Amino acid sequence: MLKLFYNAAKQRSLSQATTSASLIRNSQRMFRSSAQMNQQFNVYIDGRPVKVDASYTIFQACQEAGYHILSLISYIESRFLDSAIMKDYQLPATAECAQSKQKDLQNQQITQPLITLQLAACATNVRPDLKVITKSEKTRIARGGVMEFLLANHPLDCPICDQGGECDLQDISTVYGYQEGRFMEYKRAVEDKNIGPLIKTSMTRCIHCTRCVRFTEQIAGEFTLGQVGRGKYNEISTYIENMVTNELSGNVVDLCPVGALNNLPYSFQARPWELKSNYTVDVMDGLGSNIDVHIRGSDTLRILPRINEEVNEEWISDKSRHAFDGLRKQRLHIPLLRKPDGSFGELTWEEALNKAAEVLSSVKGDEIHGMIGQFNDVESMLAFKDLLNRLNCDNVDVRKNAPHFKADFRNQYLSNSRIIGIDETDLLLLVGCNPRLEAPVLNARIRKAVGVNGLQVGIIGSATNLGYDYVHLGNSPKTLQELAEGKHPYLQQRLAKAELPMILVSAQTLERSDGEGIMNYIYKLAENTKLINKKEKWNGINILHTEASRVGALDLGIVPQTNVTKKPKVVYILGQDNFRHEEIPEDAFVIYQGHTGDEGAYYADLILPGASYLEKSALFVNTDGRPQQSRGAQQPPGFAREDWMILRALSEQLGCPLPYDSLDEIRTRMAELAPHLVRFDVIEPSGFEELGLKAEESKLKLNNTALTDNIDNFYQTDSISRNSMIMARCTKELNPKKQFNFKEHVQTWMTH
Amino acid sequence: MFALKQLYRGSSNLFKANKNTTQLFSLLAKYQQPMMIMNQNRWFSAFVNHRDTEDNREDTPFEFTPENYEQINEIIAKYPSNYKHSAVIPLLFVAQKQNANFLTLSAMNKIAKILDMAPMQVYEVASFYTMFNRTKVGKYHLQVCGTTPCMLRGARDVMQAIREYAHINNDEISEDGLFTISEVECLGACVNAPMMQVNNEWFYEDLTPENTIALLEKWKKGEEPNVGPQINRNCSEGPLGRTSLFKPEEIEGVHERDFVEVKKQYDEAKAKAAAAAAAAKK
Ligand code: SF4
Ligand code: FES
Repeated sequence: MLKLFYNAAKQRSLSQATTSASLIRNSQRMFRSSAQMNQQFNVYIDGRPVKVDASYTIFQACQEAGYHILSLISYIESRFLDSAIMKDYQLPATAECAQSKQKDLQNQQITQPLITLQLAACATNVRPDLKVITKSEKTRIARGGVMEFLLANHPLDCPICDQGGECDLQDISTVYGYQEGRFMEYKRAVEDKNIGPLIKTSMTRCIHCTRCVRFTEQIAGEFTLGQVGRGKYNEISTYIENMVTNELSGNVVDLCPVGALNNLPYSFQARPWELKSNYTVDVMDGLGSNIDVHIRGSDTLRILPRINEEVNEEWISDKSRHAFDGLRKQRLHIPLLRKPDGSFGELTWEEALNKAAEVLSSVKGDEIHGMIGQFNDVESMLAFKDLLNRLNCDNVDVRKNAPHFKADFRNQYLSNSRIIGIDETDLLLLVGCNPRLEAPVLNARIRKAVGVNGLQVGIIGSATNLGYDYVHLGNSPKTLQELAEGKHPYLQQRLAKAELPMILVSAQTLERSDGEGIMNYIYKLAENTKLINKKEKWNGINILHTEASRVGALDLGIVPQTNVTKKPKVVYILGQDNFRHEEIPEDAFVIYQGHTGDEGAYYADLILPGASYLEKSALFVNTDGRPQQSRGAQQPPGFAREDWMILRALSEQLGCPLPYDSLDEIRTRMAELAPHLVRFDVIEPSGFEELGLKAEESKLKLNNTALTDNIDNFYQTDSISRNSMIMARCTKELNPKKQFNFKEHVQTWMTH
Repeated sequence: MFALKQLYRGSSNLFKANKNTTQLFSLLAKYQQPMMIMNQNRWFSAFVNHRDTEDNREDTPFEFTPENYEQINEIIAKYPSNYKHSAVIPLLFVAQKQNANFLTLSAMNKIAKILDMAPMQVYEVASFYTMFNRTKVGKYHLQVCGTTPCMLRGARDVMQAIREYAHINNDEISEDGLFTISEVECLGACVNAPMMQVNNEWFYEDLTPENTIALLEKWKKGEEPNVGPQINRNCSEGPLGRTSLFKPEEIEGVHERDFVEVKKQYDEAKAKAAAAAAAAKK
């Protein structure tokens, strides 16, 4: 964990260096922010000179010099440029420092003896010519002393504590602590709190670093946790019975340096040294958050975020973190065929593939309909498309009711200013988009931008609690029309003045019948604002995708088919579970290939079991257009196989074998189609030209119904989370729309 | 034994000489006596967290009186509009005073609403300060000072007398609902130690167990005893009586300056000087 943190610090300073110029350029400094410091001078860490910024603390200077003081200093100050919020628990990060008196104004050297001070490194700012001694007997004793105070009230829980083995306090006490303590009085005890179905509390272990409080307040924007009482009676608490309901709440578990806040579903499951870590990407939203899946044997035990400053920083949403337990339920692990009586009978793969081939070859190509679902990787979509094309079928789409995208150019369907664009933009307009539910991590980034560089946010759509202030312009596309036609005062007052404005429209909003009109009005809006700012190489038109497979599909040229007239006789569903009933004709033969028995499988006549996102090594493209590789560390259960391999085998049965046998070969084919897909983790610039971003006058039609929230239950949106016990509990207890009454249900509500 | 010795190493000279276990344990027990007294501390019995009681729930009605609203507006006007929440402590006091020295949850929620704060932030402030009574107190909240000067002058006896008279422990309400006693820190009247403050307002000084009981009896009868020293002493004069500031009337003017007038004079003088300077320049 500590290592992770230091890497983070390093990465952060890098990314700060690249974005700070634009940050400062666009920021309207807020009243609360500390002054901009760009004075640079030398300090000496153990005699080694390091050039530092005046805003640095001694702690940061030491890090710069490559000397890591173990500390419980928070991540948060450096994220928020606002150092005034700092109220850190000052931990063993004391550094003895000898400070020479500064030269006086006339620049004359005053000969004075050096003053030696013991300072808390994480709370003290550097001064010119400061000399820091990090290794001395006095410092060692001081650090041990702080450690002893910390441990005075910390219970001796380590053998039964879930944090054991990855506890910052353990690490620090190993390095700095004394061998034995002298504390002989009573240890204090604090009652545990119920703060939700995802966080287990053992508040006696808390060391009051307030990271959890600051995370929920500053990053998640929810004010339910606080520090109540004082002195010995100080507690982290909600004061009244209350729960942490934000969509990022799971992150406080990672933040908590000790075992006070623990992962409830994971409690007492494993020790960290038993776990195998597996770096992969998340598919629960379009963001493609980087995750670290922890596995023991064949069991996925937990999911933690991985740091990627350009995607998810260091957070993931609760759904990404906890929904994976849905993969233990309702799994399809053996090929199934529907019997005449409606029940399913098991098949061998050979029989199943024969059956599928028989069905597919018995109809004409244009009578087949291929539907692609939201968890599909690029490889399987490519194999799917290739296979159906070989059967003379062009009717491959994401869904009939899929958003109206044009996919001639990449910038027509991407988030063009990228996720990091939020750090640079000075005005963000959300159109029918609730980032808090559609991409909670993105919402945290927006909140940060609002707090740090005074980003202005305007909303067209439903006005919900996003955790920051915004201007609500209206809740129907009509407002957008007024803006685009220059009739709305907001245009002159704000939008037209913004240097790097950004517009974020949800892909789900574009599913409306007037999706095309909305998109065209956005293009129109770009004409009289700087949405496309060629000078700054800025393209502010963004589509926020909520499905992990969508951008990959569009990159492969799989777009919704609008001109299909023939009723399909065979429907081949590749992991699609969110379709409407009428999209599948009653009498069609349905082949479902996927991993979970959800909506899609109910319609199926033949089921081919596939692999889930944790079980395959494949490519996913996020809403930025960033191809990321996932790495499966587990085998799919039972007879389930990776999706593209199933399709390859099926092509063999159909007598038109696909020309690739291995992952490398399929990626070579992918590179032929879309070369940018094989440059992992690199976003191919979409071009700043307005190519394809021209409004078409004929398509400016709006139906003026209100833009409603696209997601009403964040916790259950797809086949995995619908089958997850934990997500079901979250729905019951945390979703305000489900009206869970804490007071009434508290009797039956069980946490531990 | 060895482990125990290690445990006590350096904690106190007391333990160094001890060689046998039983003695150590008895000493340990003795050592812990002062800790037990802390149990009577007011924060210990009143939980830091809120507990629903009949008269203190989220839905208990609370509304400031119109006069208090005037006062609140006055207080809020002192701070910049984006720092409204600076007014939280004065407002908590207003609420507490209005509600018979009892700061209810609904009062805190109300303040959060007035100041545009999250309720949690108000709870944090209110639970930090011991002057806010988040549990019900008696009509007379006797806050007896227990800090060193008062303690040396007999504060503990005074407290004990009150406890015995009213049959209460610290932070409890007497049966007749009149008295609650709590121990507080120095209130700045050490010259007249020991002393107590009643209802955050009135100081009763120079207490002895006897005159404290006399005070309580008067309250019980519904009388209002005189505030200030309870012995034959004028204000905080020493045994020699007044030794300085013999002519208070001479210094009165200083305390009663009309600041508006002074400001006006200052401004006029400034304007005059500026005019003179301008004339000189010409
Ligand atoms: S609960 Fe954990 S994160 Fe929160 S203050 Fe305590 S130790 Fe820190
Ligand atoms: S010590 Fe009691 S008032 Fe100061």
